[in-house]
Amino acid sequence: MLDLPLWALASKLAGKELTSVEVTQACLSRIAATDPKVGAFLRVDPEGALSAARAADASASRGPLHGVPVALKDNLLTAGVETTAGSQILAGFVPPTDATVTARLKAAGAVIVGKTNLDEFAMGSSTESSAFQKTKNPYALERTPGGSSGGSAAAVAARQVFGALGSDTGGSIRQPAALCNVVGLKPTWGRVSRSGVVAYASSLDQVGPLARSVRDAALLLQVIAGRDAHDATSADVAVPDFAATLEDGVKGLRIGLPREYFVEGMDPEVAAAIRDAAKTLEAAGATVREVSLPHTKHALAAYYVIAPAEASSNLARYDGVRFGHRAKDVKQLKDLYERSRAEGFGPEVKRRIMLGTFALSAGYHDAYYVKAQQVRTLIRRDFDQAFADVDVVLSAASPTCAWLLGEKLDDPLAMYLMDVLTLPTNLAGLPGLSVPTAKSSGGLPIGAQLIGKPFDEATLLRAARALERERTLDAWSPAL
Amino acid sequence: MKLELAQVRHVAKLARLSLTPEEEARFLTQLSAVLEAVDALASVDTTGVPPTTFALSTAAHVRPDEVRDELDVDVALRNAPQKVGTSFAIPRVLE
Repeated sequence: MLDLPLWALASKLAGKELTSVEVTQACLSRIAATDPKVGAFLRVDPEGALSAARAADASASRGPLHGVPVALKDNLLTAGVETTAGSQILAGFVPPTDATVTARLKAAGAVIVGKTNLDEFAMGSSTESSAFQKTKNPYALERTPGGSSGGSAAAVAARQVFGALGSDTGGSIRQPAALCNVVGLKPTWGRVSRSGVVAYASSLDQVGPLARSVRDAALLLQVIAGRDAHDATSADVAVPDFAATLEDGVKGLRIGLPREYFVEGMDPEVAAAIRDAAKTLEAAGATVREVSLPHTKHALAAYYVIAPAEASSNLARYDGVRFGHRAKDVKQLKDLYERSRAEGFGPEVKRRIMLGTFALSAGYHDAYYVKAQQVRTLIRRDFDQAFADVDVVLSAASPTCAWLLGEKLDDPLAMYLMDVLTLPTNLAGLPGLSVPTAKSSGGLPIGAQLIGKPFDEATLLRAARALERERTLDAWSPAL
Repeated sequence: MKLELAQVRHVAKLARLSLTPEEEARFLTQLSAVLEAVDALASVDTTGVPPTTFALSTAAHVRPDEVRDELDVDVALRNAPQKVGTSFAIPRVLE
């Protein structure tokens, strides 16, 4: 039962072939049996999940996810259930309200099983900067699941839940999805509400699904997408029926391979897998051509100015006054701020706050922050130009397969390089999707990334489905 | 660029972070390394290029300015580490 894709499970629940209580119970047992090894969950909520499952079984269908157990990254607010964003500074924080995405999942009938691990405040590429625990890759327990949505990716891969939500600021959905053999989709900026999402970098953050099949990702996106009055930046753009065009194939689809995305230091096996994916899509009727995104080499630098700058401003709210950790025995307000923050934030978060504060400080603002924003314009224009000739761009989602835990922890720059293929998409606000495409000679997952035009997630899903149909990697489950 | 210790301390002050001497030393090295990589941006010709703050511009949404029942005071205060009556408590700032 746990190997079923979400869409098939939802249909069995709707047809009363299974009850939500038995499915939820199976997930809870699977978590109890496997999570001591995987470490995907920061918090499991058995009582809440079973009570939601009983309610689902007792009521008429409330929506497409009726009775389906799912998990949420722990930077998405859940009313009455502790939400920490992987940080000591939010330990014990119990949100008074749901994030809009949480509320929409619940309204569609979903059962929230628990909260998954992440890099502290979603700042990281390996989930190792969580203040609480390390998550392991279910396909190779000595390796990282990627990050920052590593807990969600691992939980879905380990068959602990049928789908999950993550957030993606520079690749945090797509990169762990690639490393864990699952589908991950970062929607267009503005497609999904950010209300109730613990903010990291507001002009880049988006919430999206991690799932075991493309159809599952489409179903989850369908539920969470669309304008929300609680987020002034959520877009007033019609949400199409993503499932309707899923099986339409890629005949006539124009695919671009960006030559700058076959970067130095990339695992040659990953590069070969992407060229092979292109051939498969070509054989299915797509046309493939090389495209150029000439400013790609500057995206990493622009990102590591803009994201920390926005983070330094967003994280100013953690001051020990209204919520979160408060330093003890403090006499002066200034000391309350400085010590609460020093005690509550971990090293990577402090590093990014420092970097961002520096980039915004008097004397450096123009040379760093404004310059990075100008380069952001050039990166956006590169995509505009490429999309004049092609419908989607195809690349790897991560330059390498899953690396060993601890391997890059002491070298921030080496870690930042793991986002080099995903973060230009966030800078340009575009939708991006990672779909499993190969198994490496070492037995590790490789994911292909598809990047699309604004609000054209439907085409990404359709192309990903065409590849998935040929690869059947969704049948590859980890031995745990 | 390579930072100096005084700059690290100044930035920490702006960021309201009290750092240990070990953290100051570590950030001096690590931030300098990141900034040196970031300095490559200076080589990009951005003459006449406008900055992008939001990649996709969405029209501003407005709504009537009405009082709504969103969050009660006791609920809003529930996560306060210290409170006095219906207020957040802070150390005394006026003698």
